[in-house]
Amino acid sequence: METLFEFLVAAFLVTAGIFGIVGSFGLIKLNDQMSRLHAPTKATTLGVGGVLLASMLHAAAFEKYFSYHELMITLFLFLTAPITANFIAKVHIHRQETRDTMPEAGGDDHWATHDTPEDEERRSAEQTPPAED
Amino acid sequence: MKLIWRLFPHPFLTLLLTLTWLLMVNRWSLNSLVFGFLLGVVIPFVTQPFWPNRPNLRRPFKIAEYILVVLLDIVQANIIVARIVLFKPNADRRPNWITIPLDLKTPEAITALAGTITMTPGTLSADVSDEGHALLVHCLDAPNPDAVRDEIKQRYERRLMEIFE
Repeated sequence: METLFEFLVAAFLVTAGIFGIVGSFGLIKLNDQMSRLHAPTKATTLGVGGVLLASMLHAAAFEKYFSYHELMITLFLFLTAPITANFIAKVHIHRQETRDTMPEAGGDDHWATHDTPEDEERRSAEQTPPAED
Repeated sequence: MKLIWRLFPHPFLTLLLTLTWLLMVNRWSLNSLVFGFLLGVVIPFVTQPFWPNRPNLRRPFKIAEYILVVLLDIVQANIIVARIVLFKPNADRRPNWITIPLDLKTPEAITALAGTITMTPGTLSADVSDEGHALLVHCLDAPNPDAVRDEIKQRYERRLMEIFE
């Protein structure tokens, strides 16, 4: 039984390592800035997730207690990864793109990153502010 | 009743903070439950000015289903992205911007959708339009952008719509 769990823990660790490496490799291999963001945000999630699963399994199987704070790490990771990616994407849009190189913003005028204080003034002048309640 | 709302401006947050504290302590005891609950009362109370509105959760139990769907998709996303990174030559890849018109109105729901899009197969939310009616998504490999847009709307936005609005 011990051996089985050892194999399982090892399998999780190896899978996690592989996904971690693929994520880092993606950073080098992908050739445009926005695509490069994809590799670290996704491949690393499973990379870290695998290590955490291995850690929980190890605690349950060998140290005879149930460890669950790893779940918190996963949760914090899921909360922070999209926000980091979003900020990097916004920096890219801000510095490398103009309003004309971006796709249409649906029914609206432009994307929020290209918003200027003048736009804000125009908008608040156009629409009466919603009543405070 | 009014006093209770004043003391617990965000009941869900209180519950969540207590649970978070218990999970972080990693050992069950009454002490940590009490302390976690204290944190859960004090933090929402102190941060109340920054967060005046309560998110309106219509069907909180649908969240479990949503989390399950998203978790499975995240595992799938990792494998798909890993395969693209390893085996697809850069010349064959079709990176693309996609505009997703939003039916969701509440900021919490839009944030949840944007986060989900970033974590799931080959898509990454980059920006929101100036008046919040559309979401800009970057695709790692999208030969057919319309299909990706429809899938996001069908799979995630519909579910978030049920939860939040």
